[in-house]
Amino acid sequence: MSFHPAALNTAYGVGIWVGALLTFCVFSFLYKDNPFYKFAEHLFVGVSAGYYIILNFWTVIYPNLMEPLGKAFAGKGAGEQAGMFAAQLGDYRGWLLIPAFLGLLLFTRLFGRIGWLSRWPLAVLVGIYAGLQTTGFAQGDLVAQIGASLQPLWTGKLGSSLNAIVFTIGLVTSLLFFFFSREHKGALGAASRIGIMFLMVGFGAGYGYTVMSRVSLLIGRFQFLLEDWLGIVR
Amino acid sequence: MTFLEKLDRRWIFLAVGLLVLLPLLFPLALPLFVTPPVAAFVKAVDSIPDGSKVLMSCDYDPASIPEMVPMTRTALRHLLDKRCKLVITVLWTGGPGLVDRVVRQIIEKEYPDRKYGVDFVNLGYKAGDEAVMLAMGQGIVNTFPRDYQGNDTRSMPIMNGVRDYSSFPMLVNISAGYPGTKEWVQQVQARFHLPMVAGVTAVSAPEYYPYLQSHQLLGLLGGMAGAAEYEKARNEKGSATRGMDAQSLAHYFVALCILLGNLVQWTKSRRTVA
Amino acid sequence: MKREVPLFITAAAGLLIILSFFVPHQIVSVPADFLQQTALILRAFGFVLGGVNVLLVNFDAIYKRQPGWIYKVVLVASLIATVVIGAVEGRGFLNPGTRSKWIYDNLYANMSATMFALLAFFIASAAFRAFRIRTLEAGLLAVAAIIVMLGRVPLSNLLTAWLPEWARLQALQEWILNVPQNASKRAILMGAALGVMATGLRVILGIERTYLSGEE
Repeated sequence: MSFHPAALNTAYGVGIWVGALLTFCVFSFLYKDNPFYKFAEHLFVGVSAGYYIILNFWTVIYPNLMEPLGKAFAGKGAGEQAGMFAAQLGDYRGWLLIPAFLGLLLFTRLFGRIGWLSRWPLAVLVGIYAGLQTTGFAQGDLVAQIGASLQPLWTGKLGSSLNAIVFTIGLVTSLLFFFFSREHKGALGAASRIGIMFLMVGFGAGYGYTVMSRVSLLIGRFQFLLEDWLGIVR
Repeated sequence: MTFLEKLDRRWIFLAVGLLVLLPLLFPLALPLFVTPPVAAFVKAVDSIPDGSKVLMSCDYDPASIPEMVPMTRTALRHLLDKRCKLVITVLWTGGPGLVDRVVRQIIEKEYPDRKYGVDFVNLGYKAGDEAVMLAMGQGIVNTFPRDYQGNDTRSMPIMNGVRDYSSFPMLVNISAGYPGTKEWVQQVQARFHLPMVAGVTAVSAPEYYPYLQSHQLLGLLGGMAGAAEYEKARNEKGSATRGMDAQSLAHYFVALCILLGNLVQWTKSRRTVA
Repeated sequence: MKREVPLFITAAAGLLIILSFFVPHQIVSVPADFLQQTALILRAFGFVLGGVNVLLVNFDAIYKRQPGWIYKVVLVASLIATVVIGAVEGRGFLNPGTRSKWIYDNLYANMSATMFALLAFFIASAAFRAFRIRTLEAGLLAVAAIIVMLGRVPLSNLLTAWLPEWARLQALQEWILNVPQNASKRAILMGAALGVMATGLRVILGIERTYLSGEE
């Protein structure tokens, strides 16, 4: 093992030391809440909020709205056409005044008396995403998954056939558990009890993977401290 | 047992910290085996014709670095070794700076002959989640008129001939949550039938097994373990492989915590009944 | 105006998006694409609005000297500094070498990663203090969790290498994920899909109006 801590004489090195210091400030919460943690927490929120504002301005509002509107106001239509409202698929020039207006209406939310105007752009967003998710879930999750579930129970091999049978029982009984139009009694009750067993196994697997994910995040932080900050190289 | 009943949780924190730190300092080099979902991922990427333009969507932020960055690095090397040209997007607000850094580190160090704008491009971030995915289906350049650095995408050689999803043989998606793999499957794979493979965080990996079984996903990397197996399949020893020793000890400790916690509770209730 | 117009807008937008799934003709696809571009822009405005709201709420807290107001000064100062630096640096504000990139790499990325890394400690603590097996179902959950947790790591490959392949922890873990877990997750996926479709249609048809929030 060799030891090469990040240098303090370069912006890169200073940055790593600042990052390491803030990492320890956040980790100090494990002992108890303290001013260092509170400082890091508020700094994080401030930097995040500022970063989100400026990122969305330069990556969406400027290229997707302001630039095409600028061209439209200069009389340049989409393609070879002239006129601010000359548009084509994907390039809407002057028509972008509509989302610009709706976007500004969102800010009326901050003013009590005219705050109701912000419902219009919200309605546009809600309608669009309701439509997108309805079709997306229908095609991607319902139709495709039903199709994939219709598999032969006998595959020619005992092992995979047993798996297919167990899978089908698990799928049907889990679906029956979510059927609440009838009381879970009798055959439906027995089926939903089996369904609960499968669901619990599924949740257990999910818990196991969640533990893996959380531990990975800690491993990543320690790798940053050991490899990037202290430069401990194996 | 009374000592365990009153155990301050900070002792558990200390134990977790040590069990993660020590294997990073003194590696155990435990053996890794490649599981079928990872093998399927490798096989699917291998099947991409050499020299193709591939869409790669890296939808994560710094909170998921340990799981997502190793997958991204190995996938980049895998595709660049096949001389594929990469069109990279980022749909997470916190991600563009990180993804750009990862891409630059790999290409500048290991593939210095690849030119930005010719062999790869980082289109950067766009707000909108599913709306962005669908808008790309109508025209990628219209959705991303400028790239991550602010350059005009229409003038880039790599974007010549790139219209929509039909311009790519595959989507390689590395994602940490929403928007991510699920939305790509629902909006793009289901609608435009673009073959896709995915690398996801361990938290979300179990819910994508149905997509794997239905062949909506051709391969799946789940969490740091999936990233480590991918590194092994590609004969690399990256940060995911280095982290698996610590992962092993931490997992055994958490399992022990579950068992011990229940044992403590059981003995306490027996004492109370007695 | 206050309720009827938004309800009409939601219905029109939603129906057009759904129709675009079935009708590829440009009479539908062009307005639908325009709506998608509108969504991108409105989402970006929404992020800006959120940031402005954070600023206003914290200015108010500082002005009224609420408890912890000193920390809110840090929040406001860092927010304004990040925005101003990013605005001055222009379109390439995240290019290597810029001050915005320095802030992103050393402040944002490190703190974001560390906040989530704290969860590892809490999940271990919760496993000891809160994970109680009192019923058969909880026991099944615990057994599945332990097998998957242990089977997924290389230490188990070493410890169970002497067993036949089908009995090793990794094989058991794979079986759990591919068969019972897969079945239950698929059932949840399909059920959730039905729920989302029903809710989406309710929203589009104006039956579900909670997004109009509160007053008349």
